[in-house]
Amino acid sequence: MKDDGTTTLTADQLKGDALADAEIGDARSLHRIVIVGHVDHGKSTLIGRLLYDTDSLPPGKVEELEAVSARRGMAIEWSFVLDAFQAERDQAVTIDTTQIWFKTALRDYVIIDAPGHREFLKNMVSGAASADAAVVVIDAAEGVREQSRRHAYLLHLLGIRQVAVVVNKMDLVGYDEARFKEVSKEITEYLASIGATPMFIVPISARDGDNMAKRSHRTPWYDGPTVLSALDSFHGHPGVGAQPLRLPIQDVYKFDARRILAGRIESGSLAVGDTLLFSPSNKTARVRSLEAWPDDCRPESAGAGEAVGITLDEQIFVERGEIASHVENPPKLSTVFHARLFWLGHKPLSVGSRYKLKLLTQETEVTVQSIERIVDTQTLEHASGDTVERNAVAEVTLRSRQVLGLDDYGDLPKTGRFVLIEDYDTVGGGVISMEGLPDQRQAVEVKSTNVISVEHRLTADTRAARNGHRGGVLWFTGLSGAGKSTLAMEVEQRLFAKGYHVYVLDGDNVRRGLNANLGFSPEDRTENIRRVGEAAALFADSGIICITAFISPYRVDRDRARASAPGRFHEIYIKADVETCEQRDPKGLYKKARSGEIAQFTGVSAPYEPPVAPDLVVDTASENVADSVERIVRYIEKSFTLQKGEEA
Amino acid sequence: MDRLDALEAQSVYILREAYARIEPMAMLWSLGKDSNVMIWLARKAFLGHVPFPVMHVDTGKKFKEMYEFRDRYADEWKLDFKREVCPPLEEIDPSLPPAARSAARKTEGLRQAIAKHELKAVIAGIRRDEQATRAKERVFSPRGETGAWDFRDQPPEFWDQYKTDFPPGTHIRIHPLLQWTELDIWLYTRREGIPIVPLYLSKDGKRYRSLGDADITSPVESDAATIDEIIAELGSTNTSERAGRAMDHEHEDAFERLRATGYM
Repeated sequence: MKDDGTTTLTADQLKGDALADAEIGDARSLHRIVIVGHVDHGKSTLIGRLLYDTDSLPPGKVEELEAVSARRGMAIEWSFVLDAFQAERDQAVTIDTTQIWFKTALRDYVIIDAPGHREFLKNMVSGAASADAAVVVIDAAEGVREQSRRHAYLLHLLGIRQVAVVVNKMDLVGYDEARFKEVSKEITEYLASIGATPMFIVPISARDGDNMAKRSHRTPWYDGPTVLSALDSFHGHPGVGAQPLRLPIQDVYKFDARRILAGRIESGSLAVGDTLLFSPSNKTARVRSLEAWPDDCRPESAGAGEAVGITLDEQIFVERGEIASHVENPPKLSTVFHARLFWLGHKPLSVGSRYKLKLLTQETEVTVQSIERIVDTQTLEHASGDTVERNAVAEVTLRSRQVLGLDDYGDLPKTGRFVLIEDYDTVGGGVISMEGLPDQRQAVEVKSTNVISVEHRLTADTRAARNGHRGGVLWFTGLSGAGKSTLAMEVEQRLFAKGYHVYVLDGDNVRRGLNANLGFSPEDRTENIRRVGEAAALFADSGIICITAFISPYRVDRDRARASAPGRFHEIYIKADVETCEQRDPKGLYKKARSGEIAQFTGVSAPYEPPVAPDLVVDTASENVADSVERIVRYIEKSFTLQKGEEA
Repeated sequence: MDRLDALEAQSVYILREAYARIEPMAMLWSLGKDSNVMIWLARKAFLGHVPFPVMHVDTGKKFKEMYEFRDRYADEWKLDFKREVCPPLEEIDPSLPPAARSAARKTEGLRQAIAKHELKAVIAGIRRDEQATRAKERVFSPRGETGAWDFRDQPPEFWDQYKTDFPPGTHIRIHPLLQWTELDIWLYTRREGIPIVPLYLSKDGKRYRSLGDADITSPVESDAATIDEIIAELGSTNTSERAGRAMDHEHEDAFERLRATGYM
């Protein structure tokens, strides 16, 4: 009772003497385990039995189970513990993810029961994605089945690396060691093929409790751990503190005089005074303070997993969706990326479809640029196709409307995965690979400072008046072998003969000089195109018609070149399908790409993004060289020549 | 980070996601230990502020101590407090068993409050460990216009990407405490010094483990008179937390039916 007459009390006042049991009073570590497997292989039974064996069932529950089971004409059915819904009991199928707690002497567990029925993949994913470790249940009599493989594959895709296998219903095969070894071999081989290794394989009968909590005398040939000791030997959360800082901004609060950026640190750590780089805006500012409530516990630093509120020393414009990092080791910036994704949508995913993408707190529209392959999770065979059906896994390339801050899933999982939304619903999830794609960050940065443009005294009009034509850039883009260089050289010759000032920038020539320091990494390729775009713009400024002949597969690179020569840039799509180009193969490059000698070859193992609205399309698959040259020359004459009496 | 730090950070993340994406919304305050923790977490998430209304859907049948608690802390915590009244029992489906029918008043009161304030979402302090049907819940759980919960077709929820896109007419329940257990709530209440209604503490060998309407909630046998003792007690019991809540036990699927129609 308080002096002010109310009967409310605070916890401090309520604390008893200091003799409270410290062990019980401490929060114990918690592990999240997901149980997967083929329908009817015994997942729910395994869990019900685990609860019984760890003495986690409420008093009377066993009697209640017996009664409910008897009403349905069955022997004791452990799975009824979890199958809480009337509907499920009647169907005898688990239809949603259930979470249930139990504890061992070592620690606490949350068990996530994932349904085995194929239609319920989304629920299985909802349960499994947050697990620390997984148990795959396989029926000893039936062996590895469709869902055993599919679930194991998805666990791996979701990033769960600690896996134990239990071979259940050993009673049905007479506790036969040979059968156990057969099933073990089958699942081990499958897991090995996707790069996974089971940490334990335990022969059990969940219904009878064999090798669950205690070693079973019915399997004297088995000397490994029981299910409970296998669970206890899994590791805790892997450390994400030593990784680069990633702090996605959730919101900006202005409840009082403070302007607070709120978010959760996904990896790494930060401290007051650190300079943060925000992506994709590329702005920087220093951390002035880490805010907290109550006010008297403001920290000086914070690490992975913590929800923080920071203030900055400068009022830069930052909003939800930006990712804060340190200046060194920032996320990549890109509008295109590869992904391995699982599809949950009722409508299939198809090339050209648009979805809303959510990557941490970033949201943007993405288009499916290509479907590289569809993965059969049973056989791991790859198929090609234009659509990905519900419950399938595929490798795709996505293009986003806005620049995204992201990482390779292999480097930083939290910033390397995303979900897709269609018509309000989450229809898929995927993990990112930037293999073969450039980081677009270098391209947006102006490194030199104190640069002031000096104005020429000659105008473009003056130059055009003398030359009789304007300067400009004719940007030829297309696959290797489409005919860019051939046409460029022919056109150059024709125009020169007609009195035009013209020059061709061609790939191999430029790489000998201006770009001699660049290789073929994605970043170098982007830089190669950036320099060509800038050089071509200088040619155009000087009044010359500059033709460039580069594959330049990415729209973003071409758009940047266009921006360098505003109003004078003409995109010419030299079009030919891959088959035609491969037949021509003038430099023997396709052959090398097919044999794997050249990696990331456009059209074979790397994407080509055709122009959206080219100024001219030249189809060299259906047109001979002479006709193509003629059309381009006519286009140039029409676009660049000053007509009689025309103001330059 | 220890377990409580991790739970706190996760709940703060959820509250911030909700606030960034859904408006208008309100937090439900049952005056119980869980919703007190939830308000505390909101003050952490928004650096001392609770930037949305905190709503008590009042059956008028709570314990005296609960009303005293409410009036004091609504003021002390500077909440944008709203009291919403439940309709009389006569307006409720008479086919429900008596205690469930009484509890259904709250469902109807909530439905009316949501309509009155045109709320797109309410934040509720349910936990997965309380009851088997709640174990199936999502953190962001969409309801139809009638407040019905379609547990057979719930949206996928993974990688902390919650459902924040809805067709018009959808209403969302947000559950920031879903991952917490009863023991976590008490450990956190002790660590943070969060006030509680004193009915949770043993008096004459009995205490309330869960607080509802005075006429359909019973105390349990217990000598736990401090939070430390409650924590010690929870370490050694397997009895269900809601054992004292009559409406759960009238029929095999009574609670499931309550939830499907919109009960918390």
